[in-house]
Amino acid sequence: MTQPLLTVRGLVKHFPIAGGLFGQKKVVRAVDGVDFDVIDGETLGIVGESGCGKSTTARLLMHLMPQTSGEILFDAAKVGSPDLSLSEYRRQVQMVFQDSYASLNPRLTIESSIAFGPQVHGVPQREAIERARDLLAKVGLEPSRFAGRYPHELSGGQRQRINIARALALRPRIVILDEAVSALDKSVEAQVLNLLMDLKDEFKLTYIFISHDLHVVRYMSDRVMVMYLGKVAEIGPSEAIFETPLHPYSAALTRSMPTMDPDNRTMAAPLSGDPPNPIDPPSGCRFHTRCSFAEGVCSQREPVLTAAGAFHHVACLRSEPGSGHTMAPSSAIAA
Amino acid sequence: MLTAPPLVDIQDLKVTFTGGPKPICAVNGVDLALERGETLAILGESGSGKSVTLRALLRLNPEKRTKVDGRIAVGGEDVLALKPRELQAFRGRTVSMIFQEPALALDPVYTLGHQIAETIVKHNGGSYADAKAKALDLFERVRIPSPERRLENYPHEMSGGMRQRAMIALALACNPKVLLADEPTTALDATVQIQILLLIRELQREFGIAVIFVTHDIGVAVEVADRVAVMYGGRIVETGPIRDIIRRPRHPYTIGLLKSRAHDAMAKGTRLDAIPGSPPDLANLPPGCSFAPRCKLGTPACTEAVPEPVAVGEGHEARCFRTDQTAAA
Repeated sequence: MTQPLLTVRGLVKHFPIAGGLFGQKKVVRAVDGVDFDVIDGETLGIVGESGCGKSTTARLLMHLMPQTSGEILFDAAKVGSPDLSLSEYRRQVQMVFQDSYASLNPRLTIESSIAFGPQVHGVPQREAIERARDLLAKVGLEPSRFAGRYPHELSGGQRQRINIARALALRPRIVILDEAVSALDKSVEAQVLNLLMDLKDEFKLTYIFISHDLHVVRYMSDRVMVMYLGKVAEIGPSEAIFETPLHPYSAALTRSMPTMDPDNRTMAAPLSGDPPNPIDPPSGCRFHTRCSFAEGVCSQREPVLTAAGAFHHVACLRSEPGSGHTMAPSSAIAA
Repeated sequence: MLTAPPLVDIQDLKVTFTGGPKPICAVNGVDLALERGETLAILGESGSGKSVTLRALLRLNPEKRTKVDGRIAVGGEDVLALKPRELQAFRGRTVSMIFQEPALALDPVYTLGHQIAETIVKHNGGSYADAKAKALDLFERVRIPSPERRLENYPHEMSGGMRQRAMIALALACNPKVLLADEPTTALDATVQIQILLLIRELQREFGIAVIFVTHDIGVAVEVADRVAVMYGGRIVETGPIRDIIRRPRHPYTIGLLKSRAHDAMAKGTRLDAIPGSPPDLANLPPGCSFAPRCKLGTPACTEAVPEPVAVGEGHEARCFRTDQTAAA
């Protein structure tokens, strides 16, 4: 494997929540020690249920808020260090959000919205506008018809195209797509997914694709990271995650997708209950409260990400040599 | 032998919102029949009129700003002619509804036990204590763990999935004949969504209740429905048994929708077969078939008149002039 474009090590984000005056300080452990790499040119999908920390991870990657601890390396340079200033990093990493309307300034024409970023980064106005018009054409909106319009004059699908154009205006290398197609109608979603694929080829982009729609993630991603309560449960090639998941949570998640076969409906829910509260996550393996393979050791020992195949890592005591779980490989064999 | 009329019978329903500068034609002639114990899914995108149709059944659309034409009958009762008091008795007892966001549909200042018991006393009379006992029974039926304790909970003390179960219990409190479900699992996580879908399926069998389930997700419709009605631009463009809709869709919109899905058998890098264009503007509907501007098979005739439903199979109809061309797809 070549040098990863983005390296995330020990990323932690705790949000303090108001406690009583003498009460214990409580925190929401939104992201609680996450490590992963993003390889140049790939699409990394991130899936998980609400509260698993996927959006917080995205926001931390963009430096939209400071992390509690951990570091992010871009091209081996630490973000915010003298080697890589935050503004230079932001030029390289851009983001598209779920709500296409809320993420555009209602008082700017879409042309000015797209040109705004480059101007802030020192591109002369005329060139920035020219670039904006180019990009409008690239995302399938005819510049002569659309450049002077305001966000409220466009449909949701069109607005999301604008957001994509704006993200590309700084010629970034990574684009983070946080539920970017989730608010779109199905018939429009397919158009935008096609557009994203085309742009990726044309501009040699790397995507971090976050969605709760597993079908779409599978279609878009080269690798997939499954998160559960602020931790990485499993990360690996998309096909492996969906066909032969190793973590019981990934398996349950993929089996929770509706079947699309009326003669072969889901007969039993793969998991019962809701995800626990990230304020007070279960001890040991965070999934043990809902896991059908849980043993005593699972509530005491926290699993670490263990290699389990080519580029495939899983955080489950069943796959961790010598963990004490009866299904774990013995440490002698692993050594 | 005379066949009994359907439990829910909607004929030529038209709903127009007149509040804005331009009238919005949300529903433009919907015919729908629902038999006892049947589950019908209404499938459509935002603005297709699916939720408005559902709300019209309970007369939940704001009366002052809404013009409703057509006929809605439930169990022989003319819903549009009900007087305010009759409407109160009708809601909850004949037809009840569950919503997408239970946190907004439940009252935040009363415990769930109280909300359910109050509903039962209001509709059926009887003592509060009996109603409380019935509430406990309902909580057990919707499989809420430790139901006694949960009855004393306020909505904010429950998780999303648990709240949705509580809302289902509330909706079933007065043994309605019809349950309307407006995207009840859209706000839930995948692992919770499948639990709620299975619960609705089980309760439907247990109570013999008829269900109309509105969703934008074909996968969800497949899990719960016997029959599907696909809506587009305020009309039902195709209706039929779920198997036929999935395997032999005949309306170009349904075909396009199924083809544009990212599915698992897909090779990496293949492009999705997307439907071009965007859904119609309801304030400015095109004359003729509202899908015609996006349709591959569109002809000049399609933009002139609205096609009538064409029978294309047993209980399977498509509103399209070109059904002769859609069979192979």
